[in-house]
Amino acid sequence: MALEKDPLNLIITGVGGQGNVLASHIVASAGIREGLYVTVGETYGTSQRGGAVMSHVRFSFQAQCSPLIPEGQADIVVGLEPMEALRVITDFGNPKTKVIVSPRPIYPIGVLSGQAKYPPVEEVLGKLADLVDTVQVVKTTEDGDTPLAANVLMMGALAGSGLVPIPIGSFEEAMREILSPRDLETNLRAFRKGVEAIRTG
Amino acid sequence: MSILAIDQPGRSVLMMGNEAIARGALEAGVDFSTAYPGTPSSEIMESLARVAEHFGFYAEWSVNEMVALEAAAAASFSGLRAIVAMKQNGVNVCSDFLLTVNLTGTKGGLVFVVGDDPSAISSSNEQDSRNFARFADLPLLEPATFQEAKDMTRWAFELSERVGLPCMIRSVTRLSHSRGNVKLAEIPQRSRSARFEGGYVAGVFVPIKHAELHQKLEQAREEFEGSEFNWYVGPEQARFVIVTSGSGWLYSREAVAALGLDGEVGILKIGTTWPLPERFIVDHLKQVTEVLIVEEVDPFLEQNIKVLLAEQAKTLGPIEVYGARSGHLPAFGDINQDKVARALADIRGLEYRARDEQYAQRAGELALTYLPPRIPTFCPGCPHRASLWAIKAALKLDGRDGFVAGDIGCYSLGVGPAGFWQLKTLHCMGAGIGLANGFGQLGQFAFDQPVVAVCGDSTFFHAAIPGLINARFNNSNVLMVVLDNGGTAMTGFQPHPGSGTDALGRPAPVVEIEAICKAIGVEVRVRDPFEVDRAIEELYDMLQDGGAKVMVFRRKCFLVESREKARPRVFVDPEKCIGDECGCARFCSRVFNCPGIIWDQEAKRAKIDEVVCTGCGVCATLCPQGAIIVEEG
Repeated sequence: MALEKDPLNLIITGVGGQGNVLASHIVASAGIREGLYVTVGETYGTSQRGGAVMSHVRFSFQAQCSPLIPEGQADIVVGLEPMEALRVITDFGNPKTKVIVSPRPIYPIGVLSGQAKYPPVEEVLGKLADLVDTVQVVKTTEDGDTPLAANVLMMGALAGSGLVPIPIGSFEEAMREILSPRDLETNLRAFRKGVEAIRTG
Repeated sequence: MSILAIDQPGRSVLMMGNEAIARGALEAGVDFSTAYPGTPSSEIMESLARVAEHFGFYAEWSVNEMVALEAAAAASFSGLRAIVAMKQNGVNVCSDFLLTVNLTGTKGGLVFVVGDDPSAISSSNEQDSRNFARFADLPLLEPATFQEAKDMTRWAFELSERVGLPCMIRSVTRLSHSRGNVKLAEIPQRSRSARFEGGYVAGVFVPIKHAELHQKLEQAREEFEGSEFNWYVGPEQARFVIVTSGSGWLYSREAVAALGLDGEVGILKIGTTWPLPERFIVDHLKQVTEVLIVEEVDPFLEQNIKVLLAEQAKTLGPIEVYGARSGHLPAFGDINQDKVARALADIRGLEYRARDEQYAQRAGELALTYLPPRIPTFCPGCPHRASLWAIKAALKLDGRDGFVAGDIGCYSLGVGPAGFWQLKTLHCMGAGIGLANGFGQLGQFAFDQPVVAVCGDSTFFHAAIPGLINARFNNSNVLMVVLDNGGTAMTGFQPHPGSGTDALGRPAPVVEIEAICKAIGVEVRVRDPFEVDRAIEELYDMLQDGGAKVMVFRRKCFLVESREKARPRVFVDPEKCIGDECGCARFCSRVFNCPGIIWDQEAKRAKIDEVVCTGCGVCATLCPQGAIIVEEG
């Protein structure tokens, strides 16, 4: 087997508490099932507490990669939050990067306390589009603003996009192994919603 | 079942570095395991504890790293295989015992795992714990990959038994907290029984024991000479070689490839970094004229290699060494492929461009001017936000310019806006009460500021009790506030002596914080920080006369609590919230700073962000208009 580009570099980004670690765990476990070397670099600790969070996920058929993607070398970025997707692109993006992003903002405390401004989401998405190849927007909240498992839904969108060489079935198998039976059904629902969302655009 | 227990030798699974270390212990047939939680090391014990019952070995969260190491050493003295895990600061805590157990030696394999945190991603300091291996004359291993993290740990038990010394393993955040492929091996049946024989006494014949220690270390060096954890890749006659250890291996390999230097530059990867496998290194540097050392934090490998090169100058001739000392790589912070590639390019006179210059400039400007920063804050519903608000309000009411001596835990975020900048000192576990002891004795020097020392519940047991006893004994003027949220929250809510459960989740006796305080003889009160007004009033009262006192703010970590309970719905009544006409200066969103409360630009009213809110309801008690409504779920 070979990848079109080896290693294939994916970044999942969001805000502490959104479940970045679970999302990267799912896609990485699915990758290992496909016989890939997968490396996941995480940020933990204080960044968990409402700070910016990123997972670097690197797939290769040749060797174990280092846990950090070099500057400008992200092939795919999944943003659980629009501002964080743009932040990651400023460090790791290039004109060929493909982005899947949730448009739902989570406001930093500097914005809440009035010291900083959060630009309009449409504008943020526009800046993203200027810097990368494609931006696909996937809604993670329903119209009534009911919170869903945004992290797993976005993994569904990633699986459905075909950007990673991993079949949807492998994602679901990985979820069955990682998640407790109690959480599995809700998460599978969110995952399938994501698959559908990206396919229907 | 935990991934750690998968009984399929040969299968490749995704494992965190810490899980791989734990699996290595299992594959060595570990009998006894101890740890104190600390980022990035906590998942080692978390993983072990999850399978301890299944495999029938012992696992505990110890009260601190000193006790953890001592308990593990006792198991080793009795012939068992034992592992102890901690973060970098833990080594400082247990160093007194470490610097004597090296003299007595050990019997059953004793593996001492340290998780260093380069860049202090979740630490109050940055340190390179490898120095302790040299300091204490102990063998040191540094895993470079997930697979090696497992295989080295397994081998470390055997080495420890053969040389009769604890064997140290140094991991770093980027290995411990990353995940990658690990090929599993068999988990053996354990059959050892414990028996104490002979003696382990450090305090007699010390110089003789110190000399014996050096002999044991030489024995370790001999083992290292043929170790499978040391290797060379690259051209046979390379004149330029990177010497690297630990996390540096993967970055070096990728940097050489990125610059297309595979045909010219070799990499000598050392897994056994103290004592150095001298013959192995000299053999691989015979044709070499330039060396770049790649490692994380201190120039530890660099200095030791330089000593070796000086000793071998006649054999090797002059070799130019690049690294931290030459300024090509930093002796602080973490490293990555870009840093190694830039160093290599600089030395070789090449150009390394990560991406198109114009693009990088555009992106850089956007990052600087357009993106609001996102600094960490307390979780929505965190009791620390309420506790620090109460402390701030009480000190303000008191009006004597009082301040808070901080300590280590989630509440350390109180040095910044999350905790209203209340913490004015921050050092190590237990330093808050220790410093407060001194501040509280300065009265004869016209010092009249009240001093509050905060510490978490886990920190209280770990390191704060002697400080409190000292305050009582010497009658220091200290108000200690214990922020008791029921667990070691910062590192993932591990249990401690006050939690009522042990590492395996079984019921355990509760050691009561207030009972300890009473026994020490200080006034102690226990309050709920969510009753903010009362908390402020009582803190103010306690500040009004001298002596040592304790306030326990008890409220379970809401991250844990909200998983266990139905979440109440919290919302703003748009009729009652009168926006900027209130005069509260948008207290809930702007001042109290909970990320669950946002400002609705269109309606000009506060609004609850239901995606973020956990339903704690503290904001409802603070809103001057009573406009925030809590509906029980």
